[in-house]
This record gives sequence, C-alpha cells and structure tokens, in this order.
Amino acid sequence: MKTKSRLLKIVGYLVLFAIGVLFGKTLLKPQPADTVPMPTTMKYRSVGATNDSLTVTDQNTFSGNIIQIKDGESIQEAVLKANPGDLLRVYPGTYSETVYIDKDNISIQGVIIDGVWPTLDGKKALNDAILYSGNGITVENLKIIEYKGNGIMGQAGNNFIIRNNWIVDTGVYGIFPQYGKNGLISHNILTEIEDAAIYVGMCDNVDVKFNEVYGNVAGIEIENSRHCLVESNLAYNNTGGILAFLTPGLPIKTVFDVIIRNNFISGNNHENFGAPGSIVSGIPPGTGILVMAADDVIIEDNIISNNDNAGITIVDLPTGAPTANDPNSEPNPDRVVILDNFMIENGNNPVGDIKALMLSQLKTKGPDILAMGGGVGSTIRDKNRYRTFGLEHYGPAQITDTKDVTTLMFDKPVAPRSVSKEELGELTYYGVCAGCHAFDTRLIGVPTKLIQAIYKDNPQGIVDYINAPRNLRDDYPEMPPQNYLSDEAKIAVAEYILSLKN
Amino acid sequence: MSKKSTILKWVIPVILMSTLLIILVAAIKVPHTQYVPQLNCDCPPGFKLNDKNECIAQNLYMAYSTNNDPGVGGLKTALPKVRDGFSPQQIDLGRYLFFDPILSGDGTISCASCHDPKKGFSDGLATSIGFKGHQLKRSAPSLWNVAYFKLFFWDGRANSLEEQMQGPLFSKEEMGNTPEKLLKTINSLNNYKHLFAEAFPNKVKEAPISLNDIYTAITAFEASLISLNSKYDRYAHGYHQALNKQEIEGMNIFRSFVARCAECHTPPLFTNQQIAVLGTPEPNGLALDPGAEIPFNDSTLRGGFKVPSLRNIEKTAPYMHSGNFATLKETVQFYTDGRGHAVPKDENLRIHWHIWEPKLTDYELDRLVDFLKTLTDESFMPKVPKVLPSNQAAFINNQNQESIK
Repeated sequence: MKTKSRLLKIVGYLVLFAIGVLFGKTLLKPQPADTVPMPTTMKYRSVGATNDSLTVTDQNTFSGNIIQIKDGESIQEAVLKANPGDLLRVYPGTYSETVYIDKDNISIQGVIIDGVWPTLDGKKALNDAILYSGNGITVENLKIIEYKGNGIMGQAGNNFIIRNNWIVDTGVYGIFPQYGKNGLISHNILTEIEDAAIYVGMCDNVDVKFNEVYGNVAGIEIENSRHCLVESNLAYNNTGGILAFLTPGLPIKTVFDVIIRNNFISGNNHENFGAPGSIVSGIPPGTGILVMAADDVIIEDNIISNNDNAGITIVDLPTGAPTANDPNSEPNPDRVVILDNFMIENGNNPVGDIKALMLSQLKTKGPDILAMGGGVGSTIRDKNRYRTFGLEHYGPAQITDTKDVTTLMFDKPVAPRSVSKEELGELTYYGVCAGCHAFDTRLIGVPTKLIQAIYKDNPQGIVDYINAPRNLRDDYPEMPPQNYLSDEAKIAVAEYILSLKN
Repeated sequence: MSKKSTILKWVIPVILMSTLLIILVAAIKVPHTQYVPQLNCDCPPGFKLNDKNECIAQNLYMAYSTNNDPGVGGLKTALPKVRDGFSPQQIDLGRYLFFDPILSGDGTISCASCHDPKKGFSDGLATSIGFKGHQLKRSAPSLWNVAYFKLFFWDGRANSLEEQMQGPLFSKEEMGNTPEKLLKTINSLNNYKHLFAEAFPNKVKEAPISLNDIYTAITAFEASLISLNSKYDRYAHGYHQALNKQEIEGMNIFRSFVARCAECHTPPLFTNQQIAVLGTPEPNGLALDPGAEIPFNDSTLRGGFKVPSLRNIEKTAPYMHSGNFATLKETVQFYTDGRGHAVPKDENLRIHWHIWEPKLTDYELDRLVDFLKTLTDESFMPKVPKVLPSNQAAFINNQNQESIK
C-alpha cells in the first residue's frame, strides 16, 4: 500500500514534470520570425567594415519587392516572376534545380534558420546551380552541392556580389564570374572542386576577399583578368593555392594588375584530381602560389607555409601549359613584384620537374620561390631571406607595400550604356523593320512613307499595330507581330518612323 | 516673208534630225537599261545611309555596354567592330559579281556556287566541288555576319575578306581564274564598266576596272549579309517568351560549364574567333587535315581550325571542316564522346582544354539541337539578280551543274 502510493506519487511528479516541460517548450519557444529579421537594406555586411571594397554593398540596395521561397517551391519560378530590384529570400530546404537569371538587379538571399541552410542540390545530374547574365546580381547565404559544372557562374554580368555561400563538390568550378566588370567575391567557403574553387575568368576589377578554399585542385584562380585584388583568403590543402594565369586561345589576351595580399596559403599538397586535359591538371601538388605568364602581379604579406613543392612558382606559357600556341598571347610573366611574405617549410617534398631540377643542384628540398622561363622587369624585396631558384635576374623591388590600394573595384557601379530614345528608335528601325520596309520603295511590306501618312501624329497607333497587326491590304502579306520588342523600343521606333525624312 | 521661209526651211529639218538622233541614241542605250538596272542607291536592310553615301550597320546589340570587350559572351553584349561604310552602289555591284560565273576561269562557277544563299551561304556538301569538278578538301563556310570576323578560311590564313576571296578566285582547284584573265574579262564588258564607274565615282574617267575595285565591291556585298534577328536574339533583348521551355533548357546546357559550347561559340556572334584544336574525324578515312599548323607554321596548332559562328547553323549541314557529321545531333554528340576519341593513333594533338567528357544525356543533346535551331534568321536575305551585267545566267550552283551534265 505504502509502496503503491509512493509509486503513484513518483508517477504523478513525472507526469507533472512532463506537462511542465511541454508547457515550457511551447510557451518559451523562440518564435522563428525572430531569427529571420526582414532586411531593411542589403548593407548589413558593411556594418563596422572598413572603407574598402565591402562598400560595394552600398551599390546593390534592393528596391523592389521581397519574394519568399519555401521548401518545395522553385527558385527559378520566382526568378521568372521577379522584376529588377526584387529580393528573393530562399528558406531552408532542398532545391534541386538550375537557376538562370537573365535580368538585371536580382538578389538571391538564403535565409539560414537554426543552422539549417537552404541547399541547392544538383544530385550530380544537374549542370549548374546558378547561371546569370544580368548586371547587379547578388547571390548570398546558399549552400550549393553536387552539381556537374558550376556552383555560381556569371556570363558578362557587371556589378556582381557573391558572398557567404557554402559550396561543396559542384564540379568544375565553384564560383565563376566570366566577362564581368566590378564584382565582389567574399566570405565563401568552397571545397571538393575539380578545377578552381573561385575562378575569376576574363573579368575586370574584382575583389576576392575573406574566402576559405580547401581540398580543391586550385583554390583561387585569376585568369585573363585585369585589376584583381585577392586578399585575406585562407587557402589550404588544395593542389595549388592561389593562381594568376594567362590562358592562350581566349578572346581576352591579357592578365595584369593582380595583387595577392594578406592571404594564408598553407599545406596545398592535395593530390591533383583535375580532369585530364584541363590546364590545372598539370599543377604539381605542393604549389602555394602559381603565376603563369601574368604581368604586374604583386605578392605581399602572405603567410606561405608547408607547400611541399614550392611556395611561389613563376613560369612562362611554354613551361606551364601544354596547349596550342596563340600568336596573340604574350607568353612571359613580366614585372612580377614580390614584397614581404612570411614563408616557412615550403618545398619539403618536391615532385616532377622541380624535384629533378633541385637534384641537379644537389638539393632535395624545393625552393620558397621558383622562376622558370622568360619574363622581364620582375623584382623582389629582401631576396636573401628566402630559398630561391631562377631569380638571378630579379632586381630589388621599387615599392615597399601597396597599402594605398584598398580595393580594385570601382566606387560606383559600372553604368549600363544607355541609348537615347531616338537612337533606340533608329537601331530598331534599321536593325529590325528595314528587313521588310524601305522609305519609298516596296519591299515585303509597305513603304515607310505610307505608314507615315496613315499614322501621322499617332505613334501609339503604330505601337498597337506592331503588337497585333491586322492585315489591311490585300496586295501585301500580313506582318508578323513584332511584340517581342521592348515597350521602349516599340514607342521609340514608332516615333522614329514618323520622323523619318527619306 | 522670204526670211521667214528660209528659217523654216532650216529649222524644221534641224528639229527633225535632232529628234531622230535622240531617238536613235535612246535606242542604242536601251539594251543597257534593259539588261542591268541602275545600281541600288538604298542600303540593304540592317544599314543606314549617312550623308557621305555610306551604309552604316544598325542593330539592337548596339544599345549595349562595351565595358567588356565586345563580342565575348553574355546576352546583352556588344558585337565586335563591324566592317561597314561601303556605298549602296558598291554593295549592289558586289551582289552582281558574287552571282556572276564570269569570275571563274571558264565561266562556270560563281562565288554563289559554293556560297548558296538558299543553303546558309554554304553548299550543302561535305567538301566543296571546285573548278572542272575538282573535289576540294574542306567545306564552304557560311558568309552570314562575316562583317564582324577577323579571321577567314577554316585555317585562319586570311585577315580580310579582300585577302580571302583571292584564294578561291585564283586557285586552280576552285574558280580557276588568274588576275590577268579576270581583269581582261571584266574590262571587256561595257555593262560592268558602267556599273563600276557608278560604284566608284571618284576614279579617273576611262580608267580600267582594277582588281581592288572588284575586291572592294564583293567585300561590300558579303559584309552586308547580317543575321541578328533570330528567336534567340529576341530572348537576348529581353523577350523571354521567344524561346520555349525546351529551347531554354538547351540554351542553359549550351552556356553551362558542362557542355561548354558558349566558351568558344560566344554570343552574340557565337564564335570567339579563335583557333581551336578539336580532334574531329575526317570522312572516309581521309588523312588528318593539319589545319592552322600550315599557315601559322606552328606544330602546336596541328588539327586546329577557326571556331565557326553558329548563326544559321541549321541551314549549313553537313558540319565540321570536312563535313563529317550529317546532322546537328551527330555534331553535338562528338563533344560528349570523349577527349581525343577520333584522333588517329599516331597523332599527338594539343586538344583544346574545353574538349572533355561532359557526359551529356541523349535528352540534353536533343535540347542542344533545339537551341541551335533558334539561331536561324534569314530576314535580311539579299535578292539573287535575275539578269547579270555579263548577260550570263545568274549563278550556277552544283545542282544546276549536275542537271546540265
């Protein structure tokens, strides 16, 4: 009896406790809304930041609507509906899709809740996670995994911001802006990429800052690009840490003005798993920094350690890349400047050419800094502190630092070229309409002169006809609708037609 | 009275005689105007006439930024520098010359024999047929948008259209003519003398037609062949309904870094105008074509060819430099069959790094073909002249030739 009541008592306490816990959990649970503050602006990252390239965030203020995308929905559907200026907020969930953005000023922002990221999962079947061609694109806070081609690829989009993305095994490249001007790539983490994790290709004025790249064939690659600042990145356990490359056979033939500064470049000894035939597949494991045929590269204040082949390798094209020659690509690295760098324990286990080269010098260790092939005007500060090979022709550096350079981006976005209404009308008339209409002769359509007579002072009438032609004449074929022209182009060409003199 | 009658006596016959003379002269002139109309004084579509009587290219791509080097990818990107500024008369004269078989050694082949407007300015053959049925080694490239090109011939051995056309004109295997014979023929035709005088008004009167005049006129015509109003272009300019779902899928495969098509076939021209070593197979066990190795005298370019534009590609089958692939599907299939899979065993080509193993699915290959077909636009097709200044039948193409035989 007594034991029974004691048991009951205990059970009762337990039940009460459980109820209490339940109450506590439901009543005191933090509301999810609190963890997902609506952004008042896109500027949050620049809070407390120095007056450097991160002020680029001032450029992309979202001015349109906020579109929310929840698990089970499609980011692409939202992009198709979005207008320039809109902010797409992607909530935690798995999104298996390729998102292409052929519009300007679209921001995609992941919302991370309780450590759970919105994840784009290519399942090793999809090609690219994000492809953009528009200007002013921002992509941030996304986890991107298992694509075949790219995590994020840009084609000719200017003023881009790619930051805070976590990219794992997305195929050939992780982040790859191509033909873009004025961009920021910051605070991304990338791994397991079979070529370059961050690949700035044929771009201008790009800052690559505060990224972590590890376990890739190449960590960060600046290729055929001008005015790039690679600063404060952590590159470790890649085959090659940070690269400045000229690749021959591309339509843009130069790479120059690259600053590689304040980076940690350590233990880049990963086995090379690049695709056969790719240029990076020739990079020997143990490469810290590799400069191939790039000009005016400044290497400053980096910590370069434990890269088993060589800390810094500087080569010309014939030495570095077994590709077809390009008579228009100058193959030598010229005017490379090596300033103060902290270099220890590099070259502990050289491979291939460098191993043979060092053995010929009766040495078993690779150098801190190695230069091979052509090139003129290169300099180095305090050469004696490093173990070097092939730097006999390097003179003393003429500068001590680059502290005056805070960014190589522009302080204002690159403006899209705007054409006047008259110009747009003229381009449309001669570029499109002239296929069927001439001023006073009959082609396929009626002479422009006749259109002028019918629609005198009535450009809107022409616009209406362009949108939905009605066959008004038996002696002419029906005009196909030209409604694909933008609204601006339609009214501009209508006014242009009415103003034509001959 | 007598004075009056004498005046009448003189005036009437003079008036009668001069009327007769005028009629006679007009009658003599008639054959000219009958055979060849005056040269067109309007620019072809896609060009605007300026006050210097020059045709200036006009298209919607001119509305875009040139901050990036023009012609290198992306949708709203400017085109490279264009070859324009020819007069409408030069362009029209070039049109006559282009279709005129008197340009060839025996008067049987015109430029249009291998660059047939109906076949995308190519000839539908794997490799072209030249002078007296000579079997040539390469296929005839399309001429659409050549105004924007910097390199000519499959192996990139010419840097201008003027330089290029001298190849076929004076090759024993192609048009079989010589500069001397061409000048003699052209200068013997009064119609052409008149037309050249009209197209080159600043020349000394009675000066003979020169080779440079001929080159300029044909260049003017070829550079007027503009194709920039395809379905794809409508999409690129912002009308996203221009392409259907499958075509957009194809476009995304085309520009993805898996297929990598857009890396060399960069919009808006769909060529980056570089030499690339692909390692494509030759038809029927033909020997490997060394391509750019010969003109550039560089063994690393062995098997290298100019990246062709893909505009109007639907019209120019078969494909590749020697036409080994009959369809677009076979052509895109080549790129996914593995790096160097068709290279002869004894060759060590420096295959382009973008040739790899993208492992595209059959579905993806079909979508790529869908997309390639959106690059078709022949809205600015020039007219084939009905009558030529040489009084020859306009333009003999291969089919006609065969039927003549």
